[in-house]
Amino acid sequence: MTTVTTAAPALARRRTRAARPWTLALALLLTAWFAVSALWPHLLAPDDPLALHLDSALAAPGPHHLLGTDEAGRDLYSRIVHGTAPSLAIGFGASLVSLALALVLGGLAALAARPVAAVVDRLVEVLFSFPSLLLALLLVALLGQSALTEAIAVGVGTAPGYARMVRGQILSVKGSPYVEAAVTLGHSRTRILRQHVLPNAVRPLVAVFALSVGQSIVWASSLSFLGLGVAPPSSEWGALLDAGRLYLTHAWWLTIVPGLVIVVLALTATTLGKHLQTSLERNDR
Amino acid sequence: MTLTSSPDGAAGATLDAGLEQAPPSRRARSVARRVAGRLVGAVVVLWGAATVAFLAQVALPGDRATIIFNTRAGQPIERTAQELAAVNAQYGLQHPVLVQYLDYLAGLLHGDLGRSYQQYRPVTQILGEQIGLTIVLTLAAIALAWVVMVVWVTLTAGRGPRTSAFGAAADTVTAALPHYWLGILLLLLFAQRLGWFPVISDGGPVGLVLPALTLAVPLAGFMGQATRTEFERALEQPFVVSARTRGSGDLGVRLRHVLRHSALPAVTLSGWALGATISGAVVVESVFTRRGIGSVLVGAVNSQDLPIVTGVVVLVAALYVVANLVVDLVHHLLDPRTETS
Repeated sequence: MTTVTTAAPALARRRTRAARPWTLALALLLTAWFAVSALWPHLLAPDDPLALHLDSALAAPGPHHLLGTDEAGRDLYSRIVHGTAPSLAIGFGASLVSLALALVLGGLAALAARPVAAVVDRLVEVLFSFPSLLLALLLVALLGQSALTEAIAVGVGTAPGYARMVRGQILSVKGSPYVEAAVTLGHSRTRILRQHVLPNAVRPLVAVFALSVGQSIVWASSLSFLGLGVAPPSSEWGALLDAGRLYLTHAWWLTIVPGLVIVVLALTATTLGKHLQTSLERNDR
Repeated sequence: MTLTSSPDGAAGATLDAGLEQAPPSRRARSVARRVAGRLVGAVVVLWGAATVAFLAQVALPGDRATIIFNTRAGQPIERTAQELAAVNAQYGLQHPVLVQYLDYLAGLLHGDLGRSYQQYRPVTQILGEQIGLTIVLTLAAIALAWVVMVVWVTLTAGRGPRTSAFGAAADTVTAALPHYWLGILLLLLFAQRLGWFPVISDGGPVGLVLPALTLAVPLAGFMGQATRTEFERALEQPFVVSARTRGSGDLGVRLRHVLRHSALPAVTLSGWALGATISGAVVVESVFTRRGIGSVLVGAVNSQDLPIVTGVVVLVAALYVVANLVVDLVHHLLDPRTETS
């Protein structure tokens, strides 16, 4: 018994390291589905997402309406499919804002001359002490409500964590043997930065980007849920959630289903991101 | 603050190098320096948070006195110079920005977070009425998250490939659950369908269960991810084998030896989690119509009542700083090796 239990962890870790193929396959399949929904929504949901069927308002999920209808009889399935593009746009926009900021702040903290680096380092530390949602709320209070502000707010809100990550990554690359070798060879500072430090520090961010898109959509939908996101006529998932809240007690599908889609998207992004991360790490070794 | 302390630190380091033969005083000094360093860091974070909060108030586009009037009235109205002057005097807006900044910092030192644009009252008073309930919820959630995480990891980590993979997958999934979604699921199931808990969470302990659980589950998953890796690594350490040869049972080894070694990352995360859980509480309070800073904050964001928003920001930054000092202490108690680092 003892030998079995002590041997098990090593085995288990090896098993989890190599991403289980069916999880990855499922994640890829879902990614394809989300991509088609975003680019050609009419292929998956030919009906007009805003068409009103007042006679079948608040219909439960069933054969006519796969995922039910809302208070104006709009088909929830169509709305979710057509809402993919705006939701992903906010997620991608926020991630771009977040990682761009993280690169600038993290890069300065790791590479700039001492006083600048120290100041930036402290600034990141200060911003990190604010929870993402709170920082995002502060920006919404300043900039007002719109899809653009939502993306900026979520992007800025999540940036400090990534900035710390970028800083750590650059510092570890800077101390690596191949950079030392390049320094010994007498290569110029800019050449070393461009050829060695930046590519190696930026590469892991590809995986982080995937993770960030999922996280951003969750944060953005939290803002929408609080009534601080995109205005309701939009089919953006957060807006659907917010609108569905009013009918929570007798039409649960209006909140549960869009929420489930957001969870599935977040998990898909996390799975892909982690897979990218481990395969990049394996290449490094 | 940093400028004055860093030369001191450098001098201390060279002094220390010369006093290699006197370990006790050196050790005391290193502890003192460590504590001083932490305190300086804490002050810098607080000062930075206050500065960000002040800049945010100044950055709101437009004339602030007019904004304050419009926020109160809920609509834009032309104001006479006399009316504006009264508001300017009340909020000290007639002074240059630098003076306003210093006034704001001085106010913070006295526990004054400014005055709400909409409610005429001091922010400290408004938040003071609500923060207690939110803190109770947050602490209950963190405690619950620890219980759930420890039980789950102890039961599933290093139990053969299937159980371990299942445990890890559960961590990943729960960590990704948005608070609003989990909250609504629990609300529909346990409050509406089964009627075990009230739909609207009042101040009572029964009403606390579902909101705390909503916050705790994703946090438990998040901490579980970090703990599980350490836990499985610790299970392979020689001290586990030696404890087993002494005849300790499996559960005893896991709880007494392995857990202590693998809890460090989760302890560190808890300090960070306090702030994140407070902002999660904003969402959860909205789901369960529970009183707390959530509704105040959302209302303030909606009406651009910035002093309240920045007041919460400063307050959370302060809690973050305190929580991290506590975490540091606990870290040190669990793992005395970190003393000199």
